[in-house]
Amino acid sequence: MEYIPKPREQLILCCECGIPIAPNPANMCVNCIQLQVDVTEGIPKHLTINYCKNCMRYLQPPASWLYCELESRELLALCLKKLRGLQKVRLIDAGFVWTEPHSRRIKVSLTIQKEVFAGTILQQKFEVEYTIGYQQCPECTKLAAKNLWKATVQVRQKVDHQKTFFYLEQLIIKHNMHQETTNIKVVKGGLDFQYANRSQAIKMVDFLQSVVPVRSKSSEQLISHDIHTSISNYKFTYSVEIVPVCKDDLVCISKKLSGSLGQISPLVLCTRVGGQVKVIDYRSLQTADISADVYWRGDEISPILSANTLKEFYVMDVEFLGKQAGKYALADVTVQRMSDVGKNSNEIIVRTHLGNYLSYGDTVLGYDLALSNINNKFFDRLDQDIVPEVVLVKKSFKERRKKRKQRNWKLKQITKDEGELLAKKQAQKKFDDEYEQFMNELEEDPELRQNINLYKDESAVKRDNGSDMDEEDDDLPEVPLEELLDSLDINDEMDQDLD
Amino acid sequence: MAFRAQFENNNEIGVFSKLTNSYCLVALGGSENFYSVFESELGDVIPVVHTSISGTRIIGRLTAGNRHGLLVPNGTTDQELQHLRNSLPESVAIQRVEERLSALGNVIACNDYVALVHPDLDRETEEIIADVLQVEVFKQTIADNVLVGSYCAISNQGGIVHPKTTVQDQDELSSLLQVPLVAGTVNRGSDVIGAGLVVNDWCAFAGLDTTSTELSVIESIFKLQDAQPTAIVNEMRDSLIDTYS
Repeated sequence: MEYIPKPREQLILCCECGIPIAPNPANMCVNCIQLQVDVTEGIPKHLTINYCKNCMRYLQPPASWLYCELESRELLALCLKKLRGLQKVRLIDAGFVWTEPHSRRIKVSLTIQKEVFAGTILQQKFEVEYTIGYQQCPECTKLAAKNLWKATVQVRQKVDHQKTFFYLEQLIIKHNMHQETTNIKVVKGGLDFQYANRSQAIKMVDFLQSVVPVRSKSSEQLISHDIHTSISNYKFTYSVEIVPVCKDDLVCISKKLSGSLGQISPLVLCTRVGGQVKVIDYRSLQTADISADVYWRGDEISPILSANTLKEFYVMDVEFLGKQAGKYALADVTVQRMSDVGKNSNEIIVRTHLGNYLSYGDTVLGYDLALSNINNKFFDRLDQDIVPEVVLVKKSFKERRKKRKQRNWKLKQITKDEGELLAKKQAQKKFDDEYEQFMNELEEDPELRQNINLYKDESAVKRDNGSDMDEEDDDLPEVPLEELLDSLDINDEMDQDLD
Repeated sequence: MAFRAQFENNNEIGVFSKLTNSYCLVALGGSENFYSVFESELGDVIPVVHTSISGTRIIGRLTAGNRHGLLVPNGTTDQELQHLRNSLPESVAIQRVEERLSALGNVIACNDYVALVHPDLDRETEEIIADVLQVEVFKQTIADNVLVGSYCAISNQGGIVHPKTTVQDQDELSSLLQVPLVAGTVNRGSDVIGAGLVVNDWCAFAGLDTTSTELSVIESIFKLQDAQPTAIVNEMRDSLIDTYS
């Protein structure tokens, strides 16, 4: 058996209090070191954080405001950022100490390490108390002062219906252009978009220019001016006027302009309003594009009849002329006014571009020029020989729609400040009718709906599947299910869970 | 007794002074405060000498010595050497050492009988040390430090070594030196013992930062409580009587 001596522990006396300790770089016991040096020196123990009562956000210096839950990571990060002097020590751990939520106090427990003498690292745990001080954030200040916007975009269209704005609303939703607005106001003849800063408004104007033919004008109003710093505070207003030509309008063009548009007939139908206005000559299938510039350059174009003056006609006969362009085919159609059907035999023969769509027995919508009273200088100057009695515009599905079921899709809507405009019953009814017309147009025109998002109406789809489909009318235009998007609705999700 | 002192606001008094049983060297300072601490305690027993070595004030680190002699580095001027010769007692041998490690105070730790030296010291220097200081020479390290002079302070009564010195090393050094040793600190936890403390058989001077705990360790290990300059004579007389009786 070999004797292995146990190594004796090497001890020295602490140089301050004299108790035996193992030698360390300071040659002092921990208590004496803590008495001598405070590693938390330079770290404040009481601080104030600013909090906005209205929006429940905390100020992160210098100027940003953050929403944080109590005892959240974000709040801890904010608290630690406030703490000066943490750069000089090593942070080991940080956590909240529970405080009563209404006490306006936040307590954070910190563990830090710091080198005190050469090679001696001391670790200490301590608490920092934050007092929550109330301060109104700039956004809430503006709200409180009713100074909500810095820039506004006034969109107007001088027509007596709102269909363009329904379409525009859907485009805005699709492109998420409504998210930066502080408010959207419905006013007579259009919408006002209000923004907190100018660049967002300019972005909106640019967006509008890209989707509809417009002209815009900007103006500014001086709110305040500081002569010492020469800082001025302005409000900016952008007036955006949309070309007052809508789809299906009958448009009259001056002789001069019709010449420059490729000798198109001066009486044309508008087929589409996108970045440009597309028109078609219903007698020759010749098309032309009219840009916003051309429209506003001079007083050369004006709509003379619009969709609300459309009348129904009964198709007696269709005789193709053989000319086709795209989906249109030129035909001579014999029609009778709906009011004359069964009473007399006043038949009218009309040349139209709708040959492909019409057949005997259909009803069709058109402008009855013979019975309309039109006051327009270009129209008056037209050779009355080329003005037809009737101009057919589109096929009508009115009768069949009456017995149809509910739609299986729906549209999203922007929350708008309607003001007093819809207070009257008539105004509400007019709005509803126009919205219904807009939805019908969407069903009839796949090109129109390709630019916007349609969402599944889950309840309607379910109902469809339940009922039998035998009395389905396949002629009636519908939106195919695959074009629809699933809407993100929390309530929907919950319904599914319950099923 | 053990005293606290400060050289021009510096606590490392072992750098600026050298204390042995037969003489004391003190650096030339801006004021006489430091000198007068030594003078008041030692003045009537041993000479307290103002000097510089190689024109510097760090005389404690450049010289090594005991009762029998004094070793000075090669850079010491003739004038300084002459001054030392004139000031020190006849019995003290003074020798200039041609050694690459010229800070002799850092590389040599000695009492009147034994010297611990830096392991890289020249063979010739070792012989000079043995001859001039009349000591046995051992090449040693203290807590793995080669600068033995910096990390320990020894007298004929005892010694303090670096606080990290293991118990085995302490036992080994203690058996070489034939005096008790303790690991300790000076100047409130400083481990450079040689720089913070000068000691002889009846008196010790430590830096002004030295705590009372440290001072009591110093007093107990160097047996300074009741030590008087005459005590050594009594002790010697006892041993002489022992020897010759």
